[in-house]
Amino acid sequence: MNINLRVWRQPNAQTPGKMVSYRVEGVSEDMSFLEMLDLLNEDLTVKGEEPVAFDHDCREGICGMCGVVINGAAHGRSASPVPTTTCQLHMRSFADEATIDVEPWRAGAFPVIKDLVVDRTAFDRIIQAGGFISVNAGSAPEAHSVPAPKAEADRAFDAATCIGCGACVAACPNGSGMLFTSAKITHLAMLPQGQPERYTRVRTMVAQHDDEGFGGCSNIGECAAVCPKQIPLDTISQLNRDLMKSLFKR
Amino acid sequence: MAITGLVMIGFLLMHMYGNLKAFLGAEVFDHYAHWLKTDLLYPLLPQGWFIWIFRFVLLACIAAHMYAAAVLTGRAHGARSTKYVTTDRIQETYAARTMRWGGVIIVGFLVFHLLQFTVQAVTPGFTPGTSPYEMVVLSFQQWWLVLAYAIWIVAVCMHVRHGVWSALTTLGANTSPGARRFLDGLAWVIAVVLFVGFMIMPVAVLLGWIN
Repeated sequence: MNINLRVWRQPNAQTPGKMVSYRVEGVSEDMSFLEMLDLLNEDLTVKGEEPVAFDHDCREGICGMCGVVINGAAHGRSASPVPTTTCQLHMRSFADEATIDVEPWRAGAFPVIKDLVVDRTAFDRIIQAGGFISVNAGSAPEAHSVPAPKAEADRAFDAATCIGCGACVAACPNGSGMLFTSAKITHLAMLPQGQPERYTRVRTMVAQHDDEGFGGCSNIGECAAVCPKQIPLDTISQLNRDLMKSLFKR
Repeated sequence: MAITGLVMIGFLLMHMYGNLKAFLGAEVFDHYAHWLKTDLLYPLLPQGWFIWIFRFVLLACIAAHMYAAAVLTGRAHGARSTKYVTTDRIQETYAARTMRWGGVIIVGFLVFHLLQFTVQAVTPGFTPGTSPYEMVVLSFQQWWLVLAYAIWIVAVCMHVRHGVWSALTTLGANTSPGARRFLDGLAWVIAVVLFVGFMIMPVAVLLGWIN
């Protein structure tokens, strides 16, 4: 199949970017979206042009490195029948001769480094602000010595599957990173190990989220709709509950 | 936003209930209107105090709601300084998309509404100082006014449809996928009840069932 691409090209953060059209021929429908971009880059390299920069790593949908906005939807969610990362989106989801727009995540807190690559270290700083548990070093305690109820453990695990790709921010009409932040809050708030720092954590992480320049949540739900790991929207309510409770805690 | 919004929805439900008293006739309606303005909470409060406290609280809610909306809008615009060339929304409802401009439209109509029935500076069809019942009936005997109010109430109910869900979620009520469905349904129910409850009286006046 043949694909007509319009790709965001931007040499660096300082220079304004623009959409550039490319035609990619001989695409197999079994290729992933990233392999189709590889094909384009091979072509560009042979022609002596600058290849399109994009982030990727495991290409198995578990690392959170890849991610572009395809036809206006993060990870091409509107083309895919299932929640997906960009690397697990296949070209069979598109028609032959389709015109596909490819853009980077757009958020003030995620400045473009080059083309489709954005700087997501704002997420790292949110985690550093409290997305951890403090334990005294030593040998690992016996796992069964701290019982965790099944329902809470399941909910913690669901939230913990967040891979930090940033699709929630990319899809949010407010450019909010609330789903990412609330996934970590819920993950740690459901488990016994997370309790000692539960209410300081929610305050410091939300403060860091706001300092990074992310927008506020207005409960539209675009984030959860594109999330490749299906982090549920109710984690945001969990964050809000804990944030309100933290007003009454030391 | 959540708390002030829920206070205003509570007021809307009460206002809607009061309007429906028009079906019970002029005497009941006017008596109710008089009680609201002078006797409510009397003798706990001196006569006529309640209405001013009530107005002050509602105005404070509107001001706080608008201030919070302005701050959040500013943050949202800053958080996406570069716009997407192509945007595709998967989940967003029309109600959610129109919250900001819808809110502006609602406030515009609210000013007109207060000028008409509270200040009585704009008096289409009636002379200032007539009884509340006559004021309502003479106004809504004009089709264009009923139409204008219908547009306003649609805007209000769309705002309520996203607002109820969003406010309760912000306050922590969305605890599971089941709770999400419930809150979504509740928002729809409140929006539809408000639409029917507010529009049934003006339409009844227009059709001559109330005169």
